[in-house]
Amino acid sequence: MENKLFDIESNALVAKDTYRMTLRCEGFRKMSPGQFVDVALDGRFLRRPISVCDSEDGTLVLVYKVVGEGTRQMSEMAPGGKLDILVDLGHGFTTGSCTSAALLLGGGVGVAPLYLLAKELIAQGKKVTVVLGFNMASEIVLLDEFKALGADVYVATMDGSAGTKGFVTDVVKEYQPEFDFYYTCGPKPMEKAVYASIPGDGELSLEERMGCGTGICYGCTCQTELGPKRICKDGPVFKKEEIKW
Amino acid sequence: MVKNRLSTTLAGVVFNNPVVPASGTFGFGLEMQDVYDLNVLGGISLKGTTGEARFGNPTPRIAECPDGMINSVGLQNPGIDVLVGEKVPSLRKVYDGVIIANISGFSIDEYVACCAKADACEEIDIIEVNVSCPNVHNGGMAFGTSAESAAAVTAAVKKVTTKPVFIKLSPNVTDIVSIAKACEYAGADGITLVNTMLGMRINIKTRRPVIANKMGGFSGHAIFPVALRMVYQVAHACSIPVMGCGGVSCAEEVVEMMMAGAAAVQVGAENLRNPMVCKEIVENLPEVMDRLGIDELKDIIGIVE
Ligand SMILES: Cc1cc2nc3c(=O)[nH]c(=O)nc-3n(C[C@H](O)[C@H](O)[C@H](O)COP(=O)(O)OP(=O)(O)OC[C@H]3O[C@@H](n4cnc5c(N)ncnc54)[C@H](O)[C@@H]3O)c2cc1C
Ligand SMILES: Cc1cc2nc3c(=O)[nH]c(=O)nc-3n(C[C@H](O)[C@H](O)[C@H](O)COP(=O)(O)O)c2cc1C
Ligand code: FES
Repeated sequence: MENKLFDIESNALVAKDTYRMTLRCEGFRKMSPGQFVDVALDGRFLRRPISVCDSEDGTLVLVYKVVGEGTRQMSEMAPGGKLDILVDLGHGFTTGSCTSAALLLGGGVGVAPLYLLAKELIAQGKKVTVVLGFNMASEIVLLDEFKALGADVYVATMDGSAGTKGFVTDVVKEYQPEFDFYYTCGPKPMEKAVYASIPGDGELSLEERMGCGTGICYGCTCQTELGPKRICKDGPVFKKEEIKW
Repeated sequence: MVKNRLSTTLAGVVFNNPVVPASGTFGFGLEMQDVYDLNVLGGISLKGTTGEARFGNPTPRIAECPDGMINSVGLQNPGIDVLVGEKVPSLRKVYDGVIIANISGFSIDEYVACCAKADACEEIDIIEVNVSCPNVHNGGMAFGTSAESAAAVTAAVKKVTTKPVFIKLSPNVTDIVSIAKACEYAGADGITLVNTMLGMRINIKTRRPVIANKMGGFSGHAIFPVALRMVYQVAHACSIPVMGCGGVSCAEEVVEMMMAGAAAVQVGAENLRNPMVCKEIVENLPEVMDRLGIDELKDIIGIVE
């Protein structure tokens, strides 16, 4: 964990209520896929946890959805502004768990951390299939970016306005992509469906309201097969077999 | 030797400076050892510990508030045996300052059993007894809400330890002074105050409480004036030392707490927002003292009449 002051380079609406923010900070070291940052906002007591969507040395990209006052405040920040961020938080996806073909399943803004994951898996020479689930076509985000990486990309929407009508699990049933390991991030009901219906080994990224984001307050605990774990420090990514719903 | 302008002594225990992360907001200390050198801290109050391991309350356990937060962690901890057998000895390897074990219980027997084990742990300097827990033998009323039951816990734990015992009081009471005095009379070596204030938030979209347990402990910057007032009242009514706690976020507020009567100052929820805050406060204190014409911090303890 490290505290850094970033410069906002861009902050733009990219889908319904969804923004993409690019930040720069000298000395910031690239983070791993599935890790997150904790963003301080003026006038808000707690920080906002946001997954790393993309990152290189010096650069951080966040994709976030406006759901309340804090994310609204973020959406109103202009390029040139500063943001106080705790970086290098949590324990991310293990790319080494996949030997040759990965299946990535994302729901809503939960697709964000899968971008850096897909990028790294492809760089390791692995085949990547991505299934992105949204409520409706206007929410679709990062589709072109995943395609540009060279991943096979499928879309599911609840209302059928784009791709397969239904859930990400329906896409998997329909197209039966080959994979030896899966990775997922999205709303709890989606992750439960993935856990229950997708065979094989995988990793899931969990979410909880956080106090510190750094492992000191025990606000974000979940019960696992290995005992109580802090989502912010021991997670947010857990192995499928560790999870207890 | 050059004099240490920041040092303070409570119940015979010397602190290099008055800044202490409050229980529950700094884990067991070890979690922070990679973030900064813990030796800048006067003391560390460890996560509240009970007789057996506890999972704590269901999540969500955290709710944001204007200038503060509510928590209902529910005393998640690995139990006293892990505290004295693993956590404290590991912390001592990297930390030379004052180690404060924070003990909780749901019965007097549990407090006594935990304090006896803490007493046998050489590395613990002070035992802080959190009396904000509900008494399972008395309809769940918190021990700290009556002078009688707070004194009963104090007297019972004093029998099993020779270490200094600080009783950590709940602010959710009508007369904090009578409770503090009862603890002093029962043998307490010091008082820590305050713990969190009972609070609640509702999500107006879902029409449900934000916290799974409905209510939780409100703390953070917003409670500073209430905490300061209670520290002032208790420090002036008792002759044992007081560790002030509640809403402290900067060096100026440490000075204010000390002027109200605190001999040391704990910083809680602010650690969650700014993990560097305790280190920053210690580093800023000399400059703030210079600006205010304070030579040594111990000169200002309780200076406000
Ligand atoms: C590890 C992790 C990674 C995340 N990554 C992303 C991401 O990449 N993109 C994105 O859009 N969102 C992400 N979220 C969710 C994001 O943190 C919340 O949407 C955000 O905190 C809401 O803040 P607000 O002020 O707009 O909402 P409000 O409801 O006004 O916030 C009130 C409080 O509740 C907390 N809170 C509200 N909703 C959530 C939630 N779903 N999860 C955790 N805390 C919440 C806030 O942090 C704040 O403390 C992530 C959450 C976690 C735990
Ligand atoms: C997340 C959290 C966990 C806490 N856990 C404990 C605990 O285990 N034992 C205890 O005595 N106090 C506990 N407290 C109370 C704090 O130690 C402190 O008394 C209170 O928060 C007021 O200080 P503050 O306003 O600086 O936070 C906790 C507070 C928070 C925010
Ligand atoms: S949010 Fe504090 S321990 Fe996870």
